[in-house]
Amino acid sequence: MRDITLGQYVAGDSVIHKLDPRTKIAMMILYIVMTFLVRQIWFMTIPLAYLIIELLLSRISLRYIFISLKPIRFLLILMFILNLFFTSGEHVWLDLGFWKLTGEAFLQSCFLSVRIVLLVAGASMLTLTTSPIALTDGIEKLLAPLKVIHFPAHELAMMMTIALRFVPTLMDESEKIRNAQMSRGADFESGNIVKRVKSMIPILIPLFVSSFRKADELATAMESRCYHGGDGRTRMHQLRFRKEDLFAILITLLFIAALVAILIWF
Amino acid sequence: MSIVINHLSFAYTQGGKKLEPTLKDLCFTIEEGAFLGIIGHTGSGKSTFVKHLNGLLPCEKGTVIVDGHDLSEKTERKTVRALVGMVFQYPEYQLFAETVYEDVSFGPKNMKLDTQEIDKRVKQAMELVGLNPDVFSERSPFDLSGGERRRTAIAGVLAMQPKYLVLDEPMAGLDPLGRREILALLEKLRKESGCTIIMISHSMDDIANHATKVLVLEQGSVFLYDTPNLVFSHAEELEKIGLSVPSVTKICIEMNRRGAKIPASICTEQAFLDWFREGNAHA
Repeated sequence: MRDITLGQYVAGDSVIHKLDPRTKIAMMILYIVMTFLVRQIWFMTIPLAYLIIELLLSRISLRYIFISLKPIRFLLILMFILNLFFTSGEHVWLDLGFWKLTGEAFLQSCFLSVRIVLLVAGASMLTLTTSPIALTDGIEKLLAPLKVIHFPAHELAMMMTIALRFVPTLMDESEKIRNAQMSRGADFESGNIVKRVKSMIPILIPLFVSSFRKADELATAMESRCYHGGDGRTRMHQLRFRKEDLFAILITLLFIAALVAILIWF
Repeated sequence: MSIVINHLSFAYTQGGKKLEPTLKDLCFTIEEGAFLGIIGHTGSGKSTFVKHLNGLLPCEKGTVIVDGHDLSEKTERKTVRALVGMVFQYPEYQLFAETVYEDVSFGPKNMKLDTQEIDKRVKQAMELVGLNPDVFSERSPFDLSGGERRRTAIAGVLAMQPKYLVLDEPMAGLDPLGRREILALLEKLRKESGCTIIMISHSMDDIANHATKVLVLEQGSVFLYDTPNLVFSHAEELEKIGLSVPSVTKICIEMNRRGAKIPASICTEQAFLDWFREGNAHA
């Protein structure tokens, strides 16, 4: 339980780390567009190259990318196999009567797997290089224009910040409650699924109660420090769009342009 | 029978790496029937240590043997959890059931006792902590006052009728009356059912007044393990590691500095009064 980390930020001071969070969000969106533009596995090399450049610049160990891919390993395998079964093609590699393994199916499976791996790896590049606070700041700023139609951009960002901040607290809390109930002989490890789900009740209820209490206390603490929402609020760390940010966006756009050119060409 | 701790060491892991050990080579025995007070600076390993007493943390190095049950064996943990009751800091946060009765019966139910025995134990435990079963049984634990909630949670542990009761700062956040009630309850348990009490506390006065043995932990090692009067006669060393001595001892030290000759072993009001009445005041 202790080892789960949400918001897998790896502190650093590379060029990528120093980019404005808004830039990085835009870069990620453009990158996703890039991976979806590609229709053939060979052209996946372009988003891959982009990812590798970003990874090298950020000086983040490849290990973190693997960690972020770990949760989707079963999905990947399942998808790979399903696509082998349900894609039809002409180049039969193996004929078992009821099912034919075709070259097209194999390529399609590889293509979709690569796409998903690249998507997840690219998305985690954003969270690996951007602290959760910077990220929510960026989201708030990006959503700010929607305030015109009364979209609660600041509130949304504040909620995300608070939620992220309380993840470790709640983990800690649940560990404590778990220990207490285990000391009273509660068993979370044996029995069938119904029994196991039921055995979670003595953890979940105290956890809910304490979250409500914490929320209440936090609200009081915020109000007593005169928090009144986003209007007129200044920031300690101002977001600034610098030359480097423009550069990063231009390079990303260049990649997309190159990709589109190649796609039209072939 | 007793709890035997033999060369126990423990280090937490973070991100796959071992941190600096929290417990270093602990070696001692907790005798049955004792009232053991554990004191130590924040982060000295008190809470980590007590989590080893019922197998919440695995014995990595060394052994903990409770009444002959070796906690290194996974299968023994369940048995030991019925023997060693554990009251954590702010135990009221573990309440979950709809009624007080149901919550108190959670432990005995997990022990697979029959309904009659459960009923008997729940009522007994509630009476022990001063909650009248007729009044409180059907109430929701979330409607009670802070002190009542704490007592409900303690009753939930007592209903398992543990032979050893471990409490991690059971009086934190209670008013003086609440503190006295809990301490009186612990004394009563020890006298009437021979329950061994192991209590972590930051109140040197409470420890001096109630403990029969004091364990001082410092950076995960045993600093002192002795009777309270002997432990608290090391006033200077205790201050050095960020602890203090009971208020009676402080007064004695101050008086001694001004020429009185009070023995260093006096750490409770009672002991001081006894010494005074023996006519030593003018000596």
